[in-house]
Amino acid sequence: MSRRARMVLLALGLAGAVVVLAVGVLGLPAFGGHRHPYRDLAVAASFRHATANAVSAVNFDQRALDTFGEETILVASVAGVAALLRPVRRERRRQVDPEMPVMDSTRLLTAVFFPVTLLIGIDVVAHGAITPGGGFQGGVVLATGLHLLYVGGRYRLLERMRPLPLFEITEAAGLVSFIAIGLAGLAVAGHLFSNVVPQGRMGQLTSAGTVGLLSCAVGMAVVSSVVILLAGFLDQALALEEEPAAGQWDGREGAAR
Amino acid sequence: MIGFLAYYPYAVAGAIVLLGLVGIAISRDLVHAVVCLSVCQSGTYVFLLAVGYQYGGIAPIFGSTVHRGTPVVDPVVQALSLTDIVVSAAITSMLLALVIQIAKRRGTVDPDELRSLEG
Amino acid sequence: MPSADTAGQLLPLLVIIPVLAAAVLVGVGQRLPGRLVGAGTMMVAVVVGGGGTAALIITGRRRIVSWLGDWRPGGSGTGVGIALQADQLSIGLALLAATLMIIALGFSWHYFRAPGSHFHALMLFFLAGMTGFALAGDIFTMFVFFEMMGVAAYALTGLKVEDPSAVQGAINFGIVNSVAAYLSLIGIGMVYAHTGELNLAELSRSLAGDHSTFVVIAFVLLSTGFLVKAAVVPFHFWLDDAHAVAPTPVCVLFSGVMVELGLYGVLRVYRIGFAATSVAAGIDRVLLVLGAATAVLAAVMCLLQRHLKRLLAYSTIAHMGMFLVALSVGDPESLAGIALFVLGHAAVKGALFLCAGILLDRFGSVDEFTLWGAGQRLRGWDGVGVRSIFLLAALGLAGLPPFAAGLGKSLAETAMTEAGAAWGPPFMIIISALTGGAVLRVWLRVAVGAGRKPEGIEAEGMSGDEELMEVDVGEDIPNRMIISAGALVVIGCALGLVPSIAARATVAADRFLDADGYVAAVLHGRIGYPPVAGPVPSGWDLHGVLLSCLTVAAACAVAALAVLRHRLPGGLRPPEVVRRPVRLLRRVHSGRVGDYVVWLLIGVGVTAAILAPA
Repeated sequence: MSRRARMVLLALGLAGAVVVLAVGVLGLPAFGGHRHPYRDLAVAASFRHATANAVSAVNFDQRALDTFGEETILVASVAGVAALLRPVRRERRRQVDPEMPVMDSTRLLTAVFFPVTLLIGIDVVAHGAITPGGGFQGGVVLATGLHLLYVGGRYRLLERMRPLPLFEITEAAGLVSFIAIGLAGLAVAGHLFSNVVPQGRMGQLTSAGTVGLLSCAVGMAVVSSVVILLAGFLDQALALEEEPAAGQWDGREGAAR
Repeated sequence: MIGFLAYYPYAVAGAIVLLGLVGIAISRDLVHAVVCLSVCQSGTYVFLLAVGYQYGGIAPIFGSTVHRGTPVVDPVVQALSLTDIVVSAAITSMLLALVIQIAKRRGTVDPDELRSLEG
Repeated sequence: MPSADTAGQLLPLLVIIPVLAAAVLVGVGQRLPGRLVGAGTMMVAVVVGGGGTAALIITGRRRIVSWLGDWRPGGSGTGVGIALQADQLSIGLALLAATLMIIALGFSWHYFRAPGSHFHALMLFFLAGMTGFALAGDIFTMFVFFEMMGVAAYALTGLKVEDPSAVQGAINFGIVNSVAAYLSLIGIGMVYAHTGELNLAELSRSLAGDHSTFVVIAFVLLSTGFLVKAAVVPFHFWLDDAHAVAPTPVCVLFSGVMVELGLYGVLRVYRIGFAATSVAAGIDRVLLVLGAATAVLAAVMCLLQRHLKRLLAYSTIAHMGMFLVALSVGDPESLAGIALFVLGHAAVKGALFLCAGILLDRFGSVDEFTLWGAGQRLRGWDGVGVRSIFLLAALGLAGLPPFAAGLGKSLAETAMTEAGAAWGPPFMIIISALTGGAVLRVWLRVAVGAGRKPEGIEAEGMSGDEELMEVDVGEDIPNRMIISAGALVVIGCALGLVPSIAARATVAADRFLDADGYVAAVLHGRIGYPPVAGPVPSGWDLHGVLLSCLTVAAACAVAALAVLRHRLPGGLRPPEVVRRPVRLLRRVHSGRVGDYVVWLLIGVGVTAAILAPA
C-alpha cells in the first residue's frame, strides 16, 4: 500500500473512530459525578479487612487474581525478553569500559540519592497496605534507585550489586510466594486468595492481613524483574558486539551463554 | 459550558488514544511506533481515572483525617490502572527487545523498508 | 450449600499450576538438565489436561463457579470479587488448549537448543493465559488473561531471533494485538462507568433492556481485542505474518485454539453480558457481514500462497469466517456444530502444521515450489506415514466423513438450512472446497510430484525459513514427530465417531447460551442446569455425508485444476479482470504495521456502523 493510500485510509478510519468515541463519550455519565457503586462496595470491603489503602485492598485482596495475572505477565515478559535477547552466533561479549565520563555534580547527586531512593522504595513496599504505594510502585522505585549507579558512571558497582542469577531466583520467588499466600488461603479458608491472616486494627503496620504480605511478594518480583529487564537492555547496548570475522563462529558458544 | 466540562476529560483520553494510533500508522521508526503504543495506552489510564473521579473526592487512603464517610475517588479504577501500567511495561519491553533484534538483523527500523513479509 | 463446592474451590488451580511451574523454570530452569525441564513441562500440561477432563465431566451435570477469596456477593447480588465460571464449552476450550499443548511439547521435545528453559516457561505462561481467559467471568480479568496470552505468544512468535521475518512477524503481532487490547480496555472502562460493574453476570442483569447506542459503542470497543485475536477481516493482517514465522509446534496452538478463543470472547461477552441490549438487534448482521468477508478474502488468499505455513494460516482465517457466518443464525444447533468444527479443525490443522514442521526439518523449506516432489524422497515407513497423515488431514480439513471437522460443518449447515438460510450450505461448501483444495494442491505437488515442476522457485521470502531445531543428522524422522502428527489425525477422526457427540454438543451449546442459568449460578449459587428442551440432532445422517463427500470432491477438483492448469488451453488462464484485484489483494497484505493499524481503525468504524441500530 502506498503511503498516500495509507493516509487517505487513515483519514477515513480516524473519522470513523472519532465518531465512535464521541458517541460513546456522550453516553457516559458526566465527569466527576457521585454515583460509583463499585467504589462504595470496595470501600466497605476495604474497611471490613482493616485495609487503610483502599487501592491496595482492591489490588491484593478483592481482585487478587488480576494482580496475580499482572505479575505473571511481568515475569513472562522477562522470560520472553531473555529468550529474545539471548546472544546469538556472531556475537560476543566484551568488557564494559569502566571509565565513563560523568560530571562531578552527577556523581555527587547519585551518591546522595542512591541510599535515599532505596530507603523510600523499601518504605513504599512495606507500607503498601496503609499508605499510598504498594509492591509495584515500591519495586519500581527500588530498581530505579539501583540504576542510579549507572547514571553516576558506576556500571561495575551496579553489576556487582545485582548478581543476575540471584535476581532470577528472587523474581521467581516473588511470584511463587504470591501464589503460596493464595494457596494458604485455599488450604485454610477453602478459597484461593482468601485473606486468612488476622487483619488487626486499621492503620497499623500489621493490619490488613495478606495485603501487606502480597505487597511484599509483588515488590520482590517487580524489583527483580525490572532489574533483569534493564540488565538485558544495558547488556545489548554496552556489552555485546558483532564478531568481527563472520564465519568463524562456533555455534555452541553462543548457545551455551 | 457545564456540558462541555462534563465530557472534556473523556475527550482528552480519547484524543490521546487516537494520537497514539496515528503515530503508529505514520511511523517510520519502530522505536517510535512502540513509544506511540505507550502513548495510546496512556490514554487508557486517563480514561480510567477520569471515570473514577468525583468532585471533592480525595485519595482513598483512610486514616485519621479520612473517615468512612469522607467522599473519596474510586479506588477500583486506580487498581485497574496499576494493573494496566504493569502490562504496558511488560509489553513495551518485549516489543523493544524485538526491535533491537530487527535492527541487528536488518540494519534498519523503518517498517516501510522491511519488506520481507510481503508475499 | 455452594460454599462446600470442592470443584469450585479447585477450579483456579488450572491457572495457578502452570504459572507456578513456569515461575520455577524462570528461577532455576537454567540450572536444570534439559530432559527434566521437558519432562516437567509435559507433566504440568498433563496435570492441567487431567484437571480439565475432570472438570469437563463435572460440568456435564452442573456449572462450576469459583469466587476468589470468598468475595461471593451477598443477597443484593453485587460484589467486589472476581468469579471464574466453567461450563462445558469454556472448560472444553481449556482442555483443547491443554491437549494441543501436550502434543506440541511432544513434537518439540529437544526442538530448541538455544533458548534453554525459556521456551518451556513461555509455553506454560501461554497455557495459563488461555485457560484463564476461557474461565474468566469478569471483563477486566478477561483483559488480563488476554494480555498474558499475548505476551507469551509474542515472545514465542519471535523465538527464532536470527530470522528477521520471525522478529518482524512478532512485532506486527504484538503491536496490532496491543492496540486492540487498549481499545478493549476503553470499552471496559465505558461499561464500568455506565454500570459500576465488571462481573459478566452482574452486567447481564444491569444492562438488560438497555437499548441505547452507547451500549453498542461500548460493546464494539470491548470486542475489538477479541475480533483481532479471532483474525476477522479487516483485523486479520497480523495472523499470517505470525503463523508464517512462529515455530511449528506453536502454530498448532495459535491456529487450533488461540484464534478460536477470540471468537469465544466475543460470544461470551455478548451472550452473557449484552444479550438483552441493543447489541442483539445487529449482532447477527455483524457476524454475517464480517464472517462472509473473512471467509471469501481468506479463501482467495489461501489459494494464492506457496509458503505452506502461510497457506495454512489463511485457511485458518477462512475457517474463522465460516464459524462467524454459521453463528450468525444464532441458535444452539449452529453453535454446537461450530464447537465440533473448532475441535475437528484444531486436530487436522495441527496435524498439517506438524507435517509442515517435518518437511522443514527434512528439507529446510516450507515452499510448495521448492518442495516439489520432495515427499517422495522420504523413504520407508516414515515417508508413507508423513504422506498419508498429510493427505488424511487435508481431506479431513475439506470435510471428509467421519472427521469431526466434517461433522461440525454438516451440523452447522443443517442448522443454517433450518433457520431459513438456504444459501448457507453452498457457501460453506465453496469455502471448504477452496481452502481444502489449496492444501490438497500442496500435497499433490509435494508428496506426489504432480504436474510440471514449477518455475520461478527463487522468489524472495519464500524459503530459507530456518528454525532452530536439534539437527537430526540421521536418515530417519524422529518418531515423536510422526506420532504427534498422527495422534492429531486419529483424534480428529475419532471425535467424529464418538456416539451421540452431536447431541451432547447441542446440550453444551444450549447451556453456554443460557444467560439466566449463568447469572443464577454465579450470583446465587444455583449451579444446576435446567432440563434440556426440544429435539437434538443425531450426528451423521445421509444428507450430511453426501454434502461432505461433495465438498471433498470439489476440493479435489480445485487441487487437480491448480496442478494441471498448464495442460489447459490458454483461454482458461485467469483473465486480467481477475488478476488485477488479486494483485491489489496481495499488495494490501503489505507486512507493514502502520497499514494494519489503519485497517484496524477502519474495522472499528465499520463494525460500529453495521451494529448501530438503524
